[in-house]
Amino acid sequence: MKEYLKNTWQAIYTVLVGMKITFKHLFTPAVTIQYPDVKIPLPERVRNRLYVNIDDCIGCDQCSRACPVSCIEIETVKALPGENLGVTSNGKKKALWVTKFTIDFAKCCYCQLCVFPCPTNCIYMTNVYEFSEYDRRDLIYNFSNLTEEEAAEKKANYEKFLAEKEAQKAAASKTQE
Amino acid sequence: MFQLLYNFTGDAIISTIVVALIPLTIILIYALFAIWLERKVSAHMQDRLGPMRTGWHGWLQTIADMIKMIQKEDTIAAEADKKLFNIAPVLVFTGSFAAYAAIPFSSALIGSEIEVGLFYIVAISSLVVAGILMAGWASNNKYSLLGAMRSAAQIVSYEIPTALVVLTMVMYTGTFSLAKISEMQTAYFWNWNIFGGPEFGITKFLLIPFMIVAALIMFISTLAEVNRTPFDIPEAESELVAGYFTEYSGMKWGMFMLAEYANMLAVSAVVSILFFGGYQSPFGYLGNLFNIKWLIPFEQIFWFLLKGLILVFVQMWLRWTLPRLRVDQLMTVCWKYLIPYAVANLIFVGIISLL
Repeated sequence: MKEYLKNTWQAIYTVLVGMKITFKHLFTPAVTIQYPDVKIPLPERVRNRLYVNIDDCIGCDQCSRACPVSCIEIETVKALPGENLGVTSNGKKKALWVTKFTIDFAKCCYCQLCVFPCPTNCIYMTNVYEFSEYDRRDLIYNFSNLTEEEAAEKKANYEKFLAEKEAQKAAASKTQE
Repeated sequence: MFQLLYNFTGDAIISTIVVALIPLTIILIYALFAIWLERKVSAHMQDRLGPMRTGWHGWLQTIADMIKMIQKEDTIAAEADKKLFNIAPVLVFTGSFAAYAAIPFSSALIGSEIEVGLFYIVAISSLVVAGILMAGWASNNKYSLLGAMRSAAQIVSYEIPTALVVLTMVMYTGTFSLAKISEMQTAYFWNWNIFGGPEFGITKFLLIPFMIVAALIMFISTLAEVNRTPFDIPEAESELVAGYFTEYSGMKWGMFMLAEYANMLAVSAVVSILFFGGYQSPFGYLGNLFNIKWLIPFEQIFWFLLKGLILVFVQMWLRWTLPRLRVDQLMTVCWKYLIPYAVANLIFVGIISLL
């Protein structure tokens, strides 16, 4: 009988203790944030989506070679002797047309290894981490500032230049004979 | 209310429909509010924010959910018993809505002033069990059936302490009529039954502890009857998916939800009528103070809904405080604790009211 009454008392008492705790929590401020509206500040050295400042890119292909998963694809065409491509922000002379510069973020492992070898600091990590897509192909980002036609034109120009050079060489060797 | 409308319109059918529509409107609006409240209460108790995006602090969330539910496809499992499957949610909601017929919202707004109101409510709320069993059986799903079986066992068990406490109160007040019980606890809050009733004397003070025990038993057993945590083994989302309404979708599922919240208010209303003065104001009426007689029924509706909602809040509060009881613990609480206490309480209250 004593045990029985004790049990009853304990049941009521412990429920009240629990209720007191939950009631306190009713008035504690929420620990969650309203995510898309409010975001937690990111750490300083956070690694997210890459960005390429193509104006500074000299097309040296070092980032592509550093990439452990080969997600960066670069194609370049040599500039013709007369063409002036300008200089990068740290004074390097550009000598290549970057006809293709794509990064496949479906493959990218965010290791930041491509960032260090860049001689002009044109490839770097940004703060953007919300870029999910419905189609995997949409994750391939194109950074080249040349359109396809322009790229084709540059390529054709260079090939023409090479052919002319070849012809000149052939002509020169003929005269030597 | 019915008589008033009947005298006014002279048409029995119209006045019946109007009288029936008032509680329905109250329930629907209340359910919208209660579902939102439940989500907010649960969220804040877990230090979250809950719905925030639809309207101010997400108050439109329930309406958005309703629109979503109406748009949903109404699926019926191939192996289900279609007739029973379709009737079950209607029956469950009818059972919980029918209870409102006898509940006095105020001195002027009672669906039906029947003398056996309390008895009627205890009887009609058992209809919910039939609906739940029907839903569980017709779904042809083992989890649904388990939930329905558990629900039947639980509700039938917990009817007993409820009935014993109701008996105690009927013995003490001498009437089955909910309107009369509310009327007895008029004027100030110390006249409520939980504080020993309106008669002033030595018996009033002797009754207080027994009334508190009775109110506690009534609250616990009605909590179990509406299948709320910690007595939610029929639904038990972590073991039985959703219990008896696992197979339901769209608006039929919505009807179960509506019935659950309607039931919560109905049992809270019964508890508040039996122990907390029903629609009576705890401090007297503004209408009496300023001599505006028509204001009193509106004040009574306010107090009635306030008391009901406070008890509903306590039910939610308990839900987010206590874990679910095991089946054997559930039965132990009912048969070994609540029923003996209710019987002892019945005897003591009987002896005291004889004094």
